[in-house]
Amino acid sequence: MPREIWYADAIREALSQEMRRDDAVYVFGEDVAAYGGVFGITKDLLAEFGPVRVRNTPLSEAAIIGEAIGAAIYGLRPVPEIQFADFLTTAVSPIVDIAASYHYRIGTPVPITIRAPSGGALRIGHFHSKCLEAWFTHVPGLKVVVPATAYDAKGLLVASIRDNNPVIYFEQKKLYREIKDDVPDELYTVPLGKAVVRREGKDITLITYGSPLYLAYQAAKQLEKKGIGLEIIDLRTLQPYDRETILTSFKKTNRAIILHEAPKIGGFGAEIASMIVEESFDQLAAPIVRIGAKQTPIPTNPVLEDNYLPSLKDVIDAAERLMQY
Amino acid sequence: MSLTKTELLELYKYLRLTRTLEDWIYTICVHQDPKQPLIIGKGYLSTGQEAVSVGAAYTLEKGDWLAQSHRDFGALLVRGMTVDELLAQYFSKAASPTKGRDANVHLGNTSKHVLGFISHMGAMMPVANGIAWGAKCRKNPTVVLAFFGDGASSQGVVHEAMNYAAVFKLSVVFICNNNRWAISTPVKEQFTIENIADRAAGYGMPGAVCDGNNVVEVFETVKKAVDRARKGEGPSLVECKTMRMTGHGTHDMAKYVPEDELEHWKKRDPIQNMENYLKEKKFADDAYFKKVVADMKKEVEEATEKAKQMPGPKVENESRDVYAP
Repeated sequence: MPREIWYADAIREALSQEMRRDDAVYVFGEDVAAYGGVFGITKDLLAEFGPVRVRNTPLSEAAIIGEAIGAAIYGLRPVPEIQFADFLTTAVSPIVDIAASYHYRIGTPVPITIRAPSGGALRIGHFHSKCLEAWFTHVPGLKVVVPATAYDAKGLLVASIRDNNPVIYFEQKKLYREIKDDVPDELYTVPLGKAVVRREGKDITLITYGSPLYLAYQAAKQLEKKGIGLEIIDLRTLQPYDRETILTSFKKTNRAIILHEAPKIGGFGAEIASMIVEESFDQLAAPIVRIGAKQTPIPTNPVLEDNYLPSLKDVIDAAERLMQY
Repeated sequence: MSLTKTELLELYKYLRLTRTLEDWIYTICVHQDPKQPLIIGKGYLSTGQEAVSVGAAYTLEKGDWLAQSHRDFGALLVRGMTVDELLAQYFSKAASPTKGRDANVHLGNTSKHVLGFISHMGAMMPVANGIAWGAKCRKNPTVVLAFFGDGASSQGVVHEAMNYAAVFKLSVVFICNNNRWAISTPVKEQFTIENIADRAAGYGMPGAVCDGNNVVEVFETVKKAVDRARKGEGPSLVECKTMRMTGHGTHDMAKYVPEDELEHWKKRDPIQNMENYLKEKKFADDAYFKKVVADMKKEVEEATEKAKQMPGPKVENESRDVYAP
């Protein structure tokens, strides 16, 4: 039965139900046991599953991911939590050098799901707010998932855990207790690599993922009043990503905006824009616009951070500009 | 416990096979036509330190695992990897352990419980932990040998892995083959302590130092640590003092190593040591050794001809297996 639950609770429900279903699944990381994780995502799991399957670790991110790889090779399905996505920097080597290429080189799958709370707007600065997803999309062998709704948070996490590859699951910590939607109480999966059209519109395709989806909704409402129809695509998975849904929409609108919270330069928007140009050059009615954060470290002061993040005005201005072509 | 005559002769054969095979690889690397190479890449040999690898690996039982370094050909042979397999890997053939997708020492074989080594040296230490954790979860009395060199001992991930293994009482035995040189950097430029094994106290695990050129001593020292790990008493660190008697790779003439240092270690050759020991015990004589060498040369030559005939990788298969199904 679907009922409305928070994004955070959808993640916890996916973990607990999947752990009940499959005893190879286990969680570990910094403060995930009795404390339940700094965001409370693994709360109560220790009581149900015990200290072998829900375990605190030392502050050793490279050793955490290393363990996950070894345990996966051994036949388990580890789901490590990296406390903040920002801390992935201290574990890049095992992810990129070992996990990503292990199946290709050695022939053995490495089914791990790395949960990494990601994103800004919480006023916690440069070391707790980054969006690193584009870095990892550049590495063959990794999958990259960014859920934007509670429904997807559950379904994509279950799909990630069941996938036989290393997946980085960038949960959007801003949405934990801000977004609620209908989530079935039974287990289900949302397939990796499939985007979804969140809103139909005839004039511009806006491609986004993660928490800026809600900015896109706001923009769509305002643009509607001005007679501009915004079609919103939520990518959900960045690697592999769903070219078909993007191109089908673009064929209709001939205009595209890509919106993400990560800085614009080298962001995933660059990949989408290039792909559209390569595949649909003759359908371009206007330039493709990328909207992302500014090219600065992430400031902590609210005034500065708001200025740093992509804004509603950025989206409205871009849409109006595109309609002039 | 002491080794039987049969076991001692077997140890000798593994030492000799390692030396024969690596001498052969050296010969090919130095003499092959660089425009039409038989071996892709260089040879990274364990000449002069074979006893570390062979003696340590000989302690393992069937279900145990190996996280070898790049100078552990001997351990690979002890764990059941064949001369055919290793030559196919060096010749980069389609049916080699890495299907031509990786070179020389970067190989693994999951069915034989051999992890895939990577060039970042200490990187596989936490993966060894993961195997041990997996075994602990499944209640299997599995031991993992994790090899690293004096060079890797300065990497953060090696420290993380040892502390982590101690915290969770993992059944990992860390083997440091201290061969005095990290490419061209001598140990006195790498750390200020006498023994890397002294660091064990800082992790709360036993540390031991042994003569890495005495295969029986290596076996006995490592065996104690392995037995302890198998009883669930946790990890140990064993440092084997030895000397790299070649360059870092077959391309490196190692002019930076002082002559007198090489002379000192030449008198301590592990194979010569073992021959003297077997003669003292009256388990073997020169005629026996001569026959072993002749048989192995023949085996390696035959395997070379066989491996040469194997087909190379096909480009059609190049992009397969990036992701596991």
